[in-house]
Amino acid sequence: MAEMQEKEGKKGKKPKQKKHATRVDLTPMVDLGFLLITFFMLTTSMLKPQTMEISVPSKDKVEEEDQNKVKASQAMTILLGKENKLYYFFGTQENGIDPTVVETDYSSEGIRTVLMTKNYDVMKQVEQLKKDKAAKKVSEADYKKRLSDYRSSKNAPVIMIKASDDSNYKNLVDILDEMQICNIGRYAIVDITPEDLALMEKNTTAAK
Amino acid sequence: MPKVKVPRKSTNVDMTAMCDVSFLLLTFFMLTSNFVAKEPIVVAVPSSISEIKIEERNILTVLIDKEGKVFIGMDAQQDRIEVLDNVGKAYDISFTEKELKEFGKIGMSGVPIGKMNAYLALKPEQRDTKEAAIGIPTDSLSQEFETWIKTARQVNREFRLAIKADSQTPYKVIKDVMATLVKIKENRYNLITSLEQVPTK
Repeated sequence: MAEMQEKEGKKGKKPKQKKHATRVDLTPMVDLGFLLITFFMLTTSMLKPQTMEISVPSKDKVEEEDQNKVKASQAMTILLGKENKLYYFFGTQENGIDPTVVETDYSSEGIRTVLMTKNYDVMKQVEQLKKDKAAKKVSEADYKKRLSDYRSSKNAPVIMIKASDDSNYKNLVDILDEMQICNIGRYAIVDITPEDLALMEKNTTAAK
Repeated sequence: MPKVKVPRKSTNVDMTAMCDVSFLLLTFFMLTSNFVAKEPIVVAVPSSISEIKIEERNILTVLIDKEGKVFIGMDAQQDRIEVLDNVGKAYDISFTEKELKEFGKIGMSGVPIGKMNAYLALKPEQRDTKEAAIGIPTDSLSQEFETWIKTARQVNREFRLAIKADSQTPYKVIKDVMATLVKIKENRYNLITSLEQVPTK
């Protein structure tokens, strides 16, 4: 503030017109600037939310024939039940013979181990591919192409995810996540049938 | 002995530089910012390992809460106004200029179209109460949700659908929403999640 006032002129001289300093105190302006910065920093969303892309087949093409094509040896069905439980069985439910249903959970020791074992060949290929990529043996475009090739190869397992009404959204996202982790390219979200519900029911009571 | 004079230095610092910096930062934040959309309900999204980022513009958010209430949000004000106008027309409900403008200010909303007039007449702070935010009906009878999405698609072809649901939402609700989306041939959409560490083994 001191600069605002000019020093008094020497005594005895003509009183000169006071020269005003051109310097303005900028402190309040800085205050204001930082206040606004704070406001903008707090109100903005810097983080873009993560997403997971899914595309579902349209209803026009009935999946009936597609489903039949799936070989029983490759097929695996995952049933999402209530209270964060899930059930899986291999093969398809045919000829009235109930497949062996196993109960498991969403942890890494649960369904992930099962899926990894089931998808062992693909996992191995992908791992090798990742190593090659780290060693810069394959290009980015090539990597992506081969990755999707491996994942959707003829021998890869086909997973059918059937969520019951008792499961929740987190369960669905979790299981889709497991598909990513275990490099499973061929999976579908299918409506649950009364037979599946019965299977689940039967297994829950049996486990008790 | 003569006293040693300590030269007094002025405590005044030139603020010009600091001012410059602060305004530079301010400009940066103003230009890069997009405001956090106010959501009528609190939603805890599940985490996933997916690392795909969502685009910033042209997102049609479908917000689903724990109880299965559905809300729709669009990022551009103009889109919102146009969509409401068209949805109103589909249900023979007209909105005044003022009501449309008011709707343009609401980032995310979910009210049955019949109650929209009353909802827009409410004060902004009353809108997020339990009584006001009741969600868009998703039942197949009124097909309101379907109309909303369809209209939004007509208004802006660039829209990407994003489903943001609470992790505790019953699957039944999600199934209904997904079935509706399939019905109107919206086969690609995003599920909004938060980031989780990728397991190494």
